[in-house]
Amino acid sequence: MVQDTMAQTLHGIPINAYLMLSAVLFSIGVLGVLYRRNIIVIFMCIELMLNAVNLLLAAFGAYRGDSNGQIFVFFIMAVAAAEVAVGLAILVMIYRNTKNTDIDELSRLKW
Amino acid sequence: MIKLVALVPLFPLLGFIIIGLFGKSLSKTVAGVVASGAILLSFIVSLLLFINLNEAGENVSHTVKLFDWIQAGKFSADLSLLIDPLSSVFLLIITGVGFLIHVYSTGYMHDDEGHNKFFSYLNLFVFFMLLLVLGSNYLVMFVGWEGVGLCSYLLIGFWFKNTNYNNAAKKAFIMNRIGDLGFLLGIFLIYVTFGSVSYSEVFAQAKFYGADEPVLIAITLLLFVGAMGKSAQLPLYTWLPDAMAGPTPVSALIHAATMVTAGIYMIARSNILYTLAPTSLHIVALIGVITAVFAATIGLLQNDIKKVLAYSTVSQLGYMFLALGMGAYTSAVFHVITHAFFKALLFLGAGSVIHAMGGEQDIRKMGGLKSHLPITFATFLIGTIAIAGIPPFAGFFSKDEILAHAFAHNKIFWLLGVGGSVLTAFYMFRLLFLTFYGKFRGTHHQEEHLHESPKSITIPLMVLAGLSVLGGFIGLPEAFHAKHLLKSFLSPVFAASDLRMLPAEISHTTEYALMALAIIIVLIVVLLARNKYVVKGELPVADGVVLSPSSKLIANKYYVDEIYDTLIIRPLHWISGIFYRVMDIQVVDGFVNFIGKAVVWSSNTARLTQTGKIGYYVFVMVLSVALLLLYISY
Amino acid sequence: MLTAILIALPFLAGLLIITTGGEQSKRIALGAALAELVVAGIMLAQFQINAESQFVLNYPWIPSLGINFHLAVDGISMLMILLTTVLTPLIIYSSFGHHYSKPQNFYGLILLMQMALIGVFTALDGFLFYIFWELALIPIYFICLLWGGENRAKITFKFFLYTMVGSLFMLVALIYLFQQTTGTHSFDINALYAAGQALDINTQRTIFWGLFLAFAIKMPIFPLHTWQPDTYVVAPTQGTMLLSGIMLKMGIYGAIRWLLPMVPEGVAAYSHLVMMLAIIGIIYASLIAWVQTDIKRLIAYSSIAHVGLIAAGVFSLNEQGISGAVFQMLSHGINVFALFFIVDMIEQRTKTRLMGNLGGVRTVAPKFATFFMVIMMGSVALPLTNGFPGEFLLLNGVYQASGMYALFAGITIILGAVYMLNAYQKSMLGEVSAATENFEEPKAHETHILWICAILVIVMGVYPKPLFSIAEPAIQQLLTMVK
Repeated sequence: MVQDTMAQTLHGIPINAYLMLSAVLFSIGVLGVLYRRNIIVIFMCIELMLNAVNLLLAAFGAYRGDSNGQIFVFFIMAVAAAEVAVGLAILVMIYRNTKNTDIDELSRLKW
Repeated sequence: MIKLVALVPLFPLLGFIIIGLFGKSLSKTVAGVVASGAILLSFIVSLLLFINLNEAGENVSHTVKLFDWIQAGKFSADLSLLIDPLSSVFLLIITGVGFLIHVYSTGYMHDDEGHNKFFSYLNLFVFFMLLLVLGSNYLVMFVGWEGVGLCSYLLIGFWFKNTNYNNAAKKAFIMNRIGDLGFLLGIFLIYVTFGSVSYSEVFAQAKFYGADEPVLIAITLLLFVGAMGKSAQLPLYTWLPDAMAGPTPVSALIHAATMVTAGIYMIARSNILYTLAPTSLHIVALIGVITAVFAATIGLLQNDIKKVLAYSTVSQLGYMFLALGMGAYTSAVFHVITHAFFKALLFLGAGSVIHAMGGEQDIRKMGGLKSHLPITFATFLIGTIAIAGIPPFAGFFSKDEILAHAFAHNKIFWLLGVGGSVLTAFYMFRLLFLTFYGKFRGTHHQEEHLHESPKSITIPLMVLAGLSVLGGFIGLPEAFHAKHLLKSFLSPVFAASDLRMLPAEISHTTEYALMALAIIIVLIVVLLARNKYVVKGELPVADGVVLSPSSKLIANKYYVDEIYDTLIIRPLHWISGIFYRVMDIQVVDGFVNFIGKAVVWSSNTARLTQTGKIGYYVFVMVLSVALLLLYISY
Repeated sequence: MLTAILIALPFLAGLLIITTGGEQSKRIALGAALAELVVAGIMLAQFQINAESQFVLNYPWIPSLGINFHLAVDGISMLMILLTTVLTPLIIYSSFGHHYSKPQNFYGLILLMQMALIGVFTALDGFLFYIFWELALIPIYFICLLWGGENRAKITFKFFLYTMVGSLFMLVALIYLFQQTTGTHSFDINALYAAGQALDINTQRTIFWGLFLAFAIKMPIFPLHTWQPDTYVVAPTQGTMLLSGIMLKMGIYGAIRWLLPMVPEGVAAYSHLVMMLAIIGIIYASLIAWVQTDIKRLIAYSSIAHVGLIAAGVFSLNEQGISGAVFQMLSHGINVFALFFIVDMIEQRTKTRLMGNLGGVRTVAPKFATFFMVIMMGSVALPLTNGFPGEFLLLNGVYQASGMYALFAGITIILGAVYMLNAYQKSMLGEVSAATENFEEPKAHETHILWICAILVIVMGVYPKPLFSIAEPAIQQLLTMVK
């Protein structure tokens, strides 16, 4: 019965609240990417955007009683984990090579 | 019998191939014999054909088809030969005079290193010339027409190490080509109008046209442009005097006796077209008479023995065109024949003189050759009398016939014609007196080497001299109550024209009077010349002496070459340079390169948007997504 | 079957040479080209003189797009095949005096080029035609780029891009026509004809430009010609021969087969414009040829003039014009090949192409000078040489379109004589110069080639009738569609 209560609690919160929350989270992520220059912060902001989307997926899944949403969330989390692993490795390499994590300095591929 | 006609051009062609291919291994004698023999065989066949035609009576025109040549859609032209009185007469001149000149050349060119090459060219020339007069359609005529141009080019530039000679050769070829373009356009117009280019069909259809229809005028004028080029009429005559750069037998054969009369042959052949276009005839006559006088005046002050003869050729050709232009086709052909005799004779005589003088051509450095070169002198004298029009030599009858027509036709033409013949008599006797009379003016070295030419040279001279004396009797004037042999022989060819052309009759008394008048004037002029150059012993002035303006104008040939050079050649060359350096490289190619550069420039500009700043990229991306969303939602 | 062999033989031989050949490449290549000539000879023997497409080879290739591997031969194609198969062995043979680095690639590319050219001349499927058309560009591009002269990278790049741009317009036009075909869409030539002919006049005009640009650039027609002189000069001699002898005929052939019957109304609308451009090109290029100092460039410009006349004849849209064009393609191919060969011989012997440095060759090497004379006479269209029948019919055709055009186009016979005689005089006549003192007479292989060319020049001029009759039915059929 816990599940039912859980679902009821969730249903008790209007969907708009979820939308607002994830929109805010997403915007924070976007603004972070835009304004911050430290590459690690940007990286975290990207994660934030991903999670904002995850939240939406989970919320819509719950509302529609469709488990696909949650499956996708797990799927995305798995991919994100892999991405973090690769991404952080690249970051470490960049840092080792340039002693720097400022993205504005990383423009060597320009032409 | 008639089928044999194909042999006529075949022999010279074989001669050309044999000498051309194996020229290096043949001895000079063999080459000379092969070449002359080929022409002799052609002459014999031509003679047989002539006899055959004479006996044939009414049906005197035969076509022998060799093979289909060019064919596309409705257009078709065979390589086929036509033998009729007109072509037969020309065959006899070409092969007969041609043979004599071949024989002459064996002597004249004997010491030249290009001896064999010379004979191969000469044979090739005769081949094309025969093709020209034998063709049964305009296209075959055109083949011969261009072919003789080629040979003329090769032979004028025969001594190809000399740049001036090469220039003369090139000039001849190109100027002829200008005429050829007219001829070619004429052929196209003939094809478009009549649907065929063969004489029989064209002439058969032409008879249904009225007089002076524009299309006929256009055709005849275009053809006449071709004739102007080949027969050296104003304004396309300047190549002929320069063509004297070639060896003298070439000047005799090609640039006096045969090739340059191709234009007369062409108009005589197309007589019905011209008869139906009186306007064109008038233009032909006008050009002819102007050329006759114009060239004769230049001849007065020339000092190169061959140049004098060259201008006299231009002038005589003018007479022939005058005759054609008055519809007196027979007279024109008559003059072609007599002219072939005496002009070939004069050129060959000049060659004999040049030979004896070791290559000197300036008459101011000759003189007194009479005793050294008796045969040459005698024959040259005969030639001079013939061309001056003193009876009973050949030139008198033919020229008189033309002048009689002119008198009946247009008094101004007659007056100009007589004027021209007076000038002719003067410069020819001037030439004769300066060359053969007085004291020798050359170097001592030359004088020691003066000698009469070998038999191979003098025999052709004597034969031609004989012909120059007797040639006129084939066309005795009616006033003499004798039969005009040539006229009756050629009458089938000109029958259709004669029907339409009102005979310009003049009474016999008038004719006698005109003859007497002409003879008296000519004799006076001869005496004047004698007085000036023999009795007083005057000499033409040396180069560099200041002349009176009019003499200067004439001595410089009215500056026609210079005018062409300044007005046509130089501007064209200049403009071609501009086309190349400015138009082609800078404008047209510049535009192409501009497009290339524009692409490079715009790429370079667009490249600047790729700053390499991640923040900038992300910003643009977000902005674009936002705009996209906005666009979708509205 | 024969068509398949004709395509496959040079292709396989080319691949074989590239993969395995070494110093023997030139001989193998010559053998392959001669074998190809024999095949073409057999084909000619079996050829029936009628308007039918013969030796058909038709297999579905990409059925979903209506693309067939459709090759066939009619009279016009037959002559073009003859041109290609006669010239290729000559071109290969003409290189025997040269030592090219990596000969296997050089000769392999020539054979691949031949394959593509045969494909262009026999394809009856729009898509296939386009494939072969572009395929022909690749070998010649590499030949010019790898074995060319000074400044070759820039010039070949320009040549490549220029022709490529034209081809893309053609591709667009072909795809548009493909879309218009009725029923199941098809690239078959007859389907394209039907589609093109059914278009309204304005669309036809647009399509005309699409196709015309490709062909006009290839020919080239003034003012699209500026890639040509530079490319001809910079390319290795064999490349120049391929370009001028055969490849530019692709443009003319393309215009005859793929343009005239495709959009007849469009053609009718612009035929006079094209003729005018072509005639301007004739005079313009002739005048420019006159002031050249480099003999190779002179011949390059003369080629523009000659092609201009051919183009004018094609667009006069009558039988004389087109017959003349087809014939002139053959004779121009032979003449221009021979001329470039002669230039190559001069350049090899004297190390210069500037006519000012030459002169007097006729004294030192009379045989060579005589061959040059014969070829030159062919080039200035003297009667009884191969240049004349074509030029006569072309001018005749143009005359029927307009007398004025013929007058101006006919100036080519004057200017042609001007620049050719000028070049001959400067290079062959006069006094011997320092460069020509030791001018050698032609060597064995050179003599062979010159003899072959000289004989072709004369024979084709004296008896051109068989060649005319091969092409005639096909041309007549083509014209029924144009009118």
